[in-house]
Amino acid sequence: MRGWGVFASGGVAVVLLAVLATQTVANDYLFFAAFVVLQFVVLATAWNILGGYCGYVNFGTGAFVALGAYTAVALHKFADLPLPLLVTAGAAMGGVLGAAVGLLTLRLRGIYFAIATLAVTIILETAVLNWDYVGGARGITVDRPHADALFGTYNRMLVVFMAAMAVVAVAIARWVGHSAFGRSLSAIRDSEDAAEACGVPTLKRKVQAAALSGAMMGAAGAPLPLYLNFVDHTSAFGLNYAVSALAMPMIGGTGHWIGPVIGALLLGTAQQAVTVTISSEINVLVTGLLLIGFVVAAPRGILGWLKR
Amino acid sequence: MNALLRAEGIVKRFGGFTALDTVSVHVAAGERLGIIGPNGSGKTTLMNVIAGRMRPDAGSITFDGAGLGGMPAWRRARLGIARTFQIPLPFGGLSLHDNLRVPLEQQAEADPPGRANALLAEFGLARRAGDLAADLSQVELRKLELARAVAGGPRLLISDEAMAGLSGAEIDEVLELLLRLNARGITVVMIEHMMRAIMRFSQRVICLDVGRVIAEGTPDAVVAHPELRRAYLGA
Amino acid sequence: MDFELLLDALLAGVLLGGFYAALSLGLAIAFGLLDVPHIAHPAFVLVGAYGAILVQGKFGIDPVLAGLLLAVPFYFFGTAVYRFYHTTFESRGSDAGLRGLAFFFGVAFVVEVLLILAFGIDQRGVRAPYIGRALEIGELRLPWRMVVASAVALVVAGAMMLWLSRTYIGRAVQAVAQDTQALALMGADPVRVKRIAFGVATASVALSGALLVVVGPVEPNMARIYIGKVFAIVVLAGLGSVSGTVLAAVLLGIAESLMLSSPAASWTPAVAFGLLLAVLAFRPQGLFGR
Repeated sequence: MRGWGVFASGGVAVVLLAVLATQTVANDYLFFAAFVVLQFVVLATAWNILGGYCGYVNFGTGAFVALGAYTAVALHKFADLPLPLLVTAGAAMGGVLGAAVGLLTLRLRGIYFAIATLAVTIILETAVLNWDYVGGARGITVDRPHADALFGTYNRMLVVFMAAMAVVAVAIARWVGHSAFGRSLSAIRDSEDAAEACGVPTLKRKVQAAALSGAMMGAAGAPLPLYLNFVDHTSAFGLNYAVSALAMPMIGGTGHWIGPVIGALLLGTAQQAVTVTISSEINVLVTGLLLIGFVVAAPRGILGWLKR
Repeated sequence: MNALLRAEGIVKRFGGFTALDTVSVHVAAGERLGIIGPNGSGKTTLMNVIAGRMRPDAGSITFDGAGLGGMPAWRRARLGIARTFQIPLPFGGLSLHDNLRVPLEQQAEADPPGRANALLAEFGLARRAGDLAADLSQVELRKLELARAVAGGPRLLISDEAMAGLSGAEIDEVLELLLRLNARGITVVMIEHMMRAIMRFSQRVICLDVGRVIAEGTPDAVVAHPELRRAYLGA
Repeated sequence: MDFELLLDALLAGVLLGGFYAALSLGLAIAFGLLDVPHIAHPAFVLVGAYGAILVQGKFGIDPVLAGLLLAVPFYFFGTAVYRFYHTTFESRGSDAGLRGLAFFFGVAFVVEVLLILAFGIDQRGVRAPYIGRALEIGELRLPWRMVVASAVALVVAGAMMLWLSRTYIGRAVQAVAQDTQALALMGADPVRVKRIAFGVATASVALSGALLVVVGPVEPNMARIYIGKVFAIVVLAGLGSVSGTVLAAVLLGIAESLMLSSPAASWTPAVAFGLLLAVLAFRPQGLFGR
């Protein structure tokens, strides 16, 4: 496929930019905001692989993020494993969950998959509340170093790590978009019957897309408890994850990998600004209104606007 | 007859309604078979059962000597059974070129982009290769349906009312395409209401009514059949 | 578990089920018959609940009566919502499914936040002579508020079934669920029929909301838990079956009640969703599906 040279250079540039920031920027809050926004780039991109490319709506992003987070917590508590392993474990768990929910519901209409993802969120949250090993209702603090040799603080290192994850996530989305796999997903979205008639094994592809999307979300959730030093069921299962991961691709545009990135950068930054200056309730309200507004008035998102 | 496809004793019910009532149809390799019948006679349901989109309540389908059993639609497509849809179902978000790449890529085709372009040219759609399928005219949609159906190199093509909504010249265009495809060795089953197309195209015609085969034979013989008059005109 | 406790739990479950039926009947029409992906249904119920609180606060009337009064504005609200949904999504085809779902999810979300902003996150309730007292039959205690909820549910279910089978519009709604084309051939306008039906479904939601706050105090984030319950009920019933909805609701009520009196009580919130997943996996057409 063409263009990978340019893309790779861009990706490397992004990570280098993050590294540079850790050495030059003093304001710690900016790193927190950057972590959140970068995490949303991964989540929005992951959501779009099943949502935008394949047409199946996931309301349960929170469940996958929490699964990644709690997997990391459990493993970290069990044996102080390094970050890349925790992320891999989170990805594996997310992939399994995506495949499981997919196998259960993807042969039915889209709304049943969507509701099943909500179901999974509540069921997982109930499971966590009942499991004291990971803190139950109280939550659990996570021990990890404060300083980092290369980047100053551990949190700054995590931001660079998250930037790298964002680049990888977008690379995956780009690959899917240009591949036969991605074309079969779009075919399924546009007409599942016609896709079957063309020889596309629709259920298998949908489950694969759900597993890939889930794995990416689980991976994005794994660093969260390390960043916050703490995790509990409200921070991990937050409804904001579910709504934002859906709103960002809808706002940016679902047809191309750039859409979720634009949506995540714009909405993510706006959310940080509103939460800090006004309130977190108003932030959530604005997100919901933007989602409705774009879904109704600008279905192709910002990318659609630009194309006209 | 050297039957490419055998549908034996097909029964299909939807709740209390019997759409197909023990229908048996044979299709010879290489032939041009026309299927006619009033609305609701079961033509499309029969094609759906053959293509694997629906499971029959009874009966069996044999393709090229092998029973299909519960084989899913996508496997039948890869096996060589292709179909178009009564209302065209293009992949609207993809370009015409990509619409054709999808079936090609399921068949492990050596050069999907090249083959896709060749097909587009053959079907007179090369001009619009990069356009979104959602932006096509009615006749272009029908041609895309056909191109997509044959992209996978099928042995059998089921054409479901491909002429509906087309003008006279457009009907001739599509007919020519189907005749050409048949000349290349593709067995074609054509469901149609347009009798002109059926008469010009078919070597053999089967007429369905209320889920049963009521007439079978050459086009002239079937058209003159008294059962047919009753079915269509209620006389 | 000894017999007395079991009987208690079963009875509580039946009453709980009656209450759940009251919540789900509107969705049985909106989603079961009209095929609208109305994820925001529980959020609307919550609006009905808060509406009943406000009406009681302002006029001092009984909450169920308040619900009945609110049914009128809710009907018109419902027709407006359907009109908007149809113009924006249903008639545009193609990716309407994705966008329609996202739309209702957004609406549910915005409603929840608006409720938080308007009423705060603390619980709010209503007063009524039947709240807090129980009907005692021998050793059994049946909370009056649950009896009232179940009774109202049965009345509404009965009314709906009569409406669907005896009135012209009701039969048209059933027809449109089966086959939109046939309805158009009959001379009726399918969109108008669906609009009226959605209005009726939304009107019933006002009553559902009143019953919700009668049964217990409400807070804005409750809608999410109820999404699972109502969809589990409507799917288990089989899309479009009103009697099936009542039966399915009672089954869920009993399941939850039994779970609540068992050692695994803390898993009760997961019962509805677990049931939903099981139904989707093993019998997606439900008990009485069309």
